Amino acid sequence: MNERMKWAPLIAFILLGSALTYGLAKPDDTNITSKMIGASVPSFVLSPATAGLPGLSSSDLAAGKPHLVNIFASWCVPCVAEAPQLKAIADAGVPVVGIAVRDKPEALARFLGRNGNPFRAIGADDASQVQMAFGSSGVPESFVVDGKGMIRQQTIGPINPQDVAGVIAAVKAAR
Amino acid sequence: MKRLLIAFALVAAPALADSDLPPAPLAYTQLPDPRQEAQAQALMETIRCLVCQGQSIADSDAELAGDMRAMIRERIAAGEKPAAIRAWLVRRYGSWVSYEPPLDRTTWLLWAAPLLFVAIGIAVARRSFRRRRA
Repeated sequence: MNERMKWAPLIAFILLGSALTYGLAKPDDTNITSKMIGASVPSFVLSPATAGLPGLSSSDLAAGKPHLVNIFASWCVPCVAEAPQLKAIADAGVPVVGIAVRDKPEALARFLGRNGNPFRAIGADDASQVQMAFGSSGVPESFVVDGKGMIRQQTIGPINPQDVAGVIAAVKAAR
Repeated sequence: MKRLLIAFALVAAPALADSDLPPAPLAYTQLPDPRQEAQAQALMETIRCLVCQGQSIADSDAELAGDMRAMIRERIAAGEKPAAIRAWLVRRYGSWVSYEPPLDRTTWLLWAAPLLFVAIGIAVARRSFRRRRA
C-alpha cells in the first residue's frame, strides 16, 4: 500500500462523521406536507357539525367555485388565533368552509359564538377520516381547492395576518 | 415573587391539545378475527405516527394515531389488503409515513449499502492477505 492510500480510511471516516454531524445539527422540519396537492379532493360526505350550518361534501367543492377549506377544531388553541384572519378572508368574498375534527356540536357553537363565524358550511369529521384523506396531519390546516375540486395549496398551522393577502390571491387565482 | 410564580404555575390550566370526544371504537379494541387483527397489528407497527413523529401508530397514544388505527382495522375488517392501505397513506403523506422504505431513486443507496460495504471489506482483506504472503 502506498503512502497516500494509508490516509484514505481516516479521510473517509472524517467525511462520514461530518456528514452525520451536519445531519444531526441542522434544524428538523417537522411539517408533513400533503402529497394530495394537484389531486382531486377525495370523495367524502360529512354531516353538519353544528346547528344552523350545512355539512360539507366533496361535491360541494367541485361545483364550479374555488374554496378555502379550513381543517380546525374548537379545542385547538392556534385556531382561536387564526379566527380573525379567516374572517378577513371571508369578508373579501372568499367562500370559507370548515372541517371540524373530533368536535362536539355545543363546543363548536361556543367557539363560533366567541370567535366569530367565517364558515358557510362545516362538516363533522369525528374520527379524523377526512382529515387523513386530505393528507393533513394536524389542526389548523387550510387547503385552497379550485372550482373543479382540485387541491391547489396547503397552509400548515394558522394563517397569520401577513398571509391573508396571499391566501385570498391564491383562492381567486384557483378558478 | 418566586413563590407567587410557582403558585400561578400550579393553578394554570395546561393548553388544550386534545379533543373531548372519546377515542374511535377500533382505536383500542382488537378485531374479533385473530388473523385479521394480526394483519392490522403488523401494518400498524410499520406506519409512522404523524403527531409523535418517532413512534409507530401502534405505540402512540396521540388521538390521530388512534384514529389511524381505527381506520386500518375498519379497512382490514372490510377485506382490504394491508399493502393497499399502506399505499393509500403513502399517497397522502409520502413514503415518510411508512417504516418500510421502498426501493426507488432516493433510497437505492440505503439498500445497496450493506452489499457495498461487504464488497469493500472483501477487497481490503484480499489485498492485505496477498501482501502478507508475499
